[in-house]
Amino acid sequence: MHVPDGFIDTPVSVAAGAVAAGAVAASLRGARRELDDRTAPLAGLVAAFVFAVQMLNFPVAAGTSGHLLGGALAAILVGPWTGVLCISVVLLMQAVLFADGGLTALGVNITLMGVVGVTVAYAVFRGLVRLLPRARGSVTAASFLAAFVSVPAAAVAFTGIYALGGTADVSLGKVLTAMVGVHTLIGVGEGVITALTVGAVIAVRPDLVYGARGLTQPLRLSAAAAAAPARPGGNGNPGAPGTTGASGTTGTTGITGAAGTPGTGARSSKETNA
Amino acid sequence: MSSTAQSPSGRTASGTTRLVWIIGVLAALVLAGFVSHYASASPDGLEKVAAEHGIDEKAEAHAAEDSPLADYQVRDVDSPRLSGGLAGVVGVGATLAAGTGVFWLVRRRASGGPDGSGDGSGDGSGDGGDAR
Repeated sequence: MHVPDGFIDTPVSVAAGAVAAGAVAASLRGARRELDDRTAPLAGLVAAFVFAVQMLNFPVAAGTSGHLLGGALAAILVGPWTGVLCISVVLLMQAVLFADGGLTALGVNITLMGVVGVTVAYAVFRGLVRLLPRARGSVTAASFLAAFVSVPAAAVAFTGIYALGGTADVSLGKVLTAMVGVHTLIGVGEGVITALTVGAVIAVRPDLVYGARGLTQPLRLSAAAAAAPARPGGNGNPGAPGTTGASGTTGTTGITGAAGTPGTGARSSKETNA
Repeated sequence: MSSTAQSPSGRTASGTTRLVWIIGVLAALVLAGFVSHYASASPDGLEKVAAEHGIDEKAEAHAAEDSPLADYQVRDVDSPRLSGGLAGVVGVGATLAAGTGVFWLVRRRASGGPDGSGDGSGDGSGDGGDAR
């Protein structure tokens, strides 16, 4: 969904550029809460991974393809603020190096795929996680639906921007129907890729999935009791690291330390003391 | 008791974080460098709708169309498989470097309290300027 130069007129492109700049500035501020020494390199990886998967166009209908937008994936893996930055970095690289997505349309593209994609996906994800039972499978299911919805949402946003500043005289109703139609199909692919990727990371290191933090708490505790023999040194007391751990994620850190990934809590308390 | 039990395995946790990172980078390189060759070449959803409904009437040539990496092909590399694969690998590397650089500057410093975050917000707005 990379808008090239010339689709959107100059005033609306400039306005979208201002929206994108504001969103990037706010995200640089907000991402501080999501990023630390451990997660910053992983966020860089998420950006690179989104870039790679965006190259993989999959067929959705006769003569039409789609590819991952990645806003949902990035937001769920590393947090919504960092997610906006991931997508912005990818779009900047694509526009500057690969001539994909116009340079004057960079603001439009960041607004559509970064801001709208991430915001809609993360709002849907949070809402579903609250409604669904607290389990790993719920995170994966919520990932699918959040990613699925975010793609037609970005298509609606494109039509809105086109209504404001489109350079050609077209039937907006028809464009809206066609855009939402094809992007609903692409959304299925987006949902599948996002759920598979989030599910894979959750299977190995659930503590590295931003969207699963806190949620896995009770589950992890019971899993720890069940799986304790399989993991040496895996029965850390969640309360202990919490007393010295970094603020905000202490509970999660302690819990994840209890099962599967022993030592996370101890490590973070070491860092705090250093 | 729990902290003594966790202490030696703390290395394991950071070790598997590194392993996750390495596997992720390898996956991205394989996808962009190899699997991308088999991606659909059909126009994407927006391109298709634009062509069918006349949105692209006034589409302009890309300002960076002469980039040596334009359209995910490395110029002067004849084999489309090699050319596209190389472009993908370069793109993964460039995105990884740019992303990690930004996130490393923005991150919450382990040693920093309120002072650290005040420091960092200066860095943050600087990045914003670069990104534009």
